[in-house]
This record gives sequence, C-alpha cells and structure tokens, in this order.
Amino acid sequence: MNSLISVRNFNLYYGDNHALHNINMDIMEHEITALIGPSGCGKSTFLRCLNRMNDLIENVRLDGSIVYKGQELVNSKVNVSALRKSVGMVFQKPNPFAMSIYDNIAYGPRIHGVKNRSALDEIVESSLKKAAIFDEVKDRLKSSALGLSGGQQQRLCIARALAVEPEVLLMDEPTSALDPISTGKIEELTCELKKKYSIVIVTHNMQQALRISDKTAFFLLGDLVEMDSTDNIFTKPKDKRCEDYVTGRFG
Amino acid sequence: MISNRLERCIYHNVMLFLAFMATVFTVFIVVFIIGYVLIRAIPHVSWELLSTKPSYINETIGLLPDILNTVYIVFATLVFVLPLGVGAAVYLSEYAKNIKVKRTIEYAIESLAGIPSIIYGLVGMLIFCQYMSLKTSLLAGALTLTIMNLPTIIRTTQESLDSVPISYREGAFGLGANKWYTIRTVVLPCCIDGIVTGCILAVGRMLGESAALLFTAGFAHKLNGFIDALSSSGSTMTVALYVYAKEQGRFDVAFVIAAIMLLMSLMINYTAGYLSKRIQRKRLVK
Repeated sequence: MNSLISVRNFNLYYGDNHALHNINMDIMEHEITALIGPSGCGKSTFLRCLNRMNDLIENVRLDGSIVYKGQELVNSKVNVSALRKSVGMVFQKPNPFAMSIYDNIAYGPRIHGVKNRSALDEIVESSLKKAAIFDEVKDRLKSSALGLSGGQQQRLCIARALAVEPEVLLMDEPTSALDPISTGKIEELTCELKKKYSIVIVTHNMQQALRISDKTAFFLLGDLVEMDSTDNIFTKPKDKRCEDYVTGRFG
Repeated sequence: MISNRLERCIYHNVMLFLAFMATVFTVFIVVFIIGYVLIRAIPHVSWELLSTKPSYINETIGLLPDILNTVYIVFATLVFVLPLGVGAAVYLSEYAKNIKVKRTIEYAIESLAGIPSIIYGLVGMLIFCQYMSLKTSLLAGALTLTIMNLPTIIRTTQESLDSVPISYREGAFGLGANKWYTIRTVVLPCCIDGIVTGCILAVGRMLGESAALLFTAGFAHKLNGFIDALSSSGSTMTVALYVYAKEQGRFDVAFVIAAIMLLMSLMINYTAGYLSKRIQRKRLVK
C-alpha cells in the first residue's frame, strides 16, 4: 500500500499557543486511520489541516510539510477548491443545508460546474446509494433535508461529500451526536467506503476506533504519541500514556 | 409582626393597583386615539376622495396623488436601500476582518439610526436637491429615506447573517465552495425572512416619515406616472396630512389620511410580528 498523505515535522501555532508539535505521519490508501486522544489534544485541528479548513481561522501559523499526492499543502498556493473536492469532509454535527435533499447532494457537483440535469440526477442517486440512504429518501428527494433524523442527516452529509468524488474522506467525530443504531449504520458504511476511499476519522469513542480502523494514532497535548496498527495500539501499546488512555485509566 | 404583615399586604395591593391603572391608562390612550381618528374620519370617507386628484376648478379634494406618491417613494427607496443595506451587512458580517474598523462602522450606523429625521431632511435638501440638482422631487425624497433606513436594513440583515450556523458555511467550504458562492447559495437564502422583516420595519418608517420629506419631496398633489413622479415634486400622505390640516384647515381630509395611515401601520406591525414569529419557529426546528 502507498502512503497517500505524508506529514513531516509539522507544527501548528494558534498565536503564541504551540498546538501541534512536530507531527510525523503517513496516511495509507484504502485504510481507515483513526485519530484518538482526549479533548483539546489537537486531533481535530490536525484533521482540518489535511484539507486546509484551518484557512478559515485567523492567527494560525504552520510549518513543516504535508504532502498529498505530490502536492505540498503547508503554506503553499494550493487550489483550495480542488483540494477540498479531492479531500472531502464530514463534520461532527450533521450540517445539511436548508434546502431539499436533492439540492444538498447536487450542491458540490454544481460548485464544480456540473449543470446537466440528467448527470446531476445520476450523481444524486449514486451518492445516496453509496451512503446507504437512498432507499430511505428516494420518495422525498424534493423535500427539506432538515426533516430527516440526525442519523439520516449525517449519512446525507456523507453522501454530499461523496458526490464530488473525493479520494480521501475526513470525518470529524461523525457519530458523536448520534444514537447507537445510527452510529452502527455509519460505522458499517465507513468500512464499506474504505474499499474506494481513504478515510481519516477523529473519534472520542475508543471502541469505535477498535471496531473500524486499520491504523490508530494517539494524540496527547499536541503530540502524536504513538501511531501503529489498531491491534497493536489496543493490545500492546509501546508508550505508557497511550496504554493508560486506551485501557481507560485516564481520558 | 401582624402589623408588619398587614403593612406589606396593603403595600402590595396599592402597588398592584397602580400598575394596573398604568396599564388601563395606556390602553385607554391607544383606544381613544384610534377611536377618535376613526370617528372623525369615517363620515368623510368616500370613493371619490380616495380615487381622484384635487381640482381647483371644481374645488374638490382627492387623495389619489398622495397615495400613489407614497407607494412610489416606498418602492423607489426599497430599490436603493435593499442592495446597499444587504451589501453592507454582508461585508461587515462576513468579510470585514479588522475588528476596530468594523466596530467603528457599526457604531456609526447605530448613530445614523438615532439622528432626528428633520436633520436628514435638511442635509438631503442641500445634497440631493441642490448640490446634485435633483430639485424638490420624489427621487430626492427617496434617496433621503434610503439613508435614513439603511441602519434598519443593515442591522436586521446582520442579525440574521449572524444566526446562520457556522456549520453551514463549513459544509459548503468543505465541498470546495469559495466564500462568495457560499454566501450566495447557503447563507443568504437562510436570511430572507430576516431581510423581509427588516424591509417591513423600514417601510413602516418610510410611511410615517414627514419631516425629512417636507424638505426634499415637496407638496404637490399632481397625478403622475412612476417615472414622471420621481422627477417632480409630490407629497406623500403624511406630508399631505400636514398641508391639509395646517395650511388649508381641512381637518376632515387630514383625519381621513390619518385613518388610512393608522390602518397601514396596524397592518405592518401585524405582518412584522407574524413573520418574526415564523422565523423563530423555524430556528427552533433547526
């Protein structure tokens, strides 16, 4: 397997606050990489650097390097729109737009210039199918997405992210606002999606990381403490802090 | 101990009575004013009065030009104030980075809202009527009203922009949308209700404005089409009320105008209340 994103000596500062310290990481193709760690340890911040969502925050300073498909993302003049098309994102709280289910899915393709009605129809249907929600919504594509349940909304958001044909999907605690059944559906979906996409998921739920991920990275106070195969992290972690965290002694 | 309790009981009842009387007094004033205006107006209302223009030959009075001028001026003002106000609000809420400059501008806008309208009239007359040589015209009046109502539109638009969840913007950015596309397709559509409410409040203020229009829009009761009206002097209903009552002593006509204005303001208040309630309900659903 190839390294899809390689992170080298990456540092991030919010003003004077050194939030991420010298991160080195390789994210592999067609794997699920889980980022775990206590709140405020920088895992979401790190995730957002992978598609430059941190551009929105002022006073952020970066150094080091993140290379995605030969393209340097740190402090470079990347085409952000194209990058985010290729590295999609699913957020913590389901955030469908206040428009119809159809328009939510078609939103991304429309940004990138797809105008043809039948092409859009096709994208909407296939994206909803990939996100395993098509059967639930096929009769009400024209009704508001806000009428869906939380779990359905989150799968809709995944479908929306898939509609622009990304290669990587960043998921920022996608199930933290959902009940166990919806969570189960999303986890199953995630495992299904890794055949076609590479996934990086931030989660507070260690069982979730254990259930779905191939690699797990443990963050603590802005450091990447340990990264290994998920089995190793949970059964024989090398670092004491990591062991304490995954066995529930703190966190 | 007992006397203390009695004292408190009496005190409580006296205060309750005073508060109740204050309410009764307020209600009485409202009912009295509306009732008085309607009683003085209704005997003089006629279709002819509402649908003709004044004629010096027949010595009749008609309110149609004033009603139309009011409609024209409200429409023309909205045409100017909406793009300006919404544009400024979008810039201030979404783009302005320098907090100090932003605060200063917002403070200036707030202050603009507090200036007495007659000052707008004076400045409008000098700038629009004389310096820009628009003469005394509905257009000059509309421009003056535009400046007066900018704060209302800017503030209500900003409030509704700020209420759009950040997660909507992130969702759009995450799909590769740029800032303007996000604002146009995701943020602004969520603000339509707020903007409409702002418009209704502003229209209420435009209808009620007289001081600024006395200076800038003039007194004429000529029946004009929209385009002609913009370039000629014309009185709106409030100004006509002033002219009929104060300069011609026609209190019957003045009261008919007053009754029409009252009905309009009741309608506007009701619509604004209805819309803002609907907006709140929608927010709850989100």
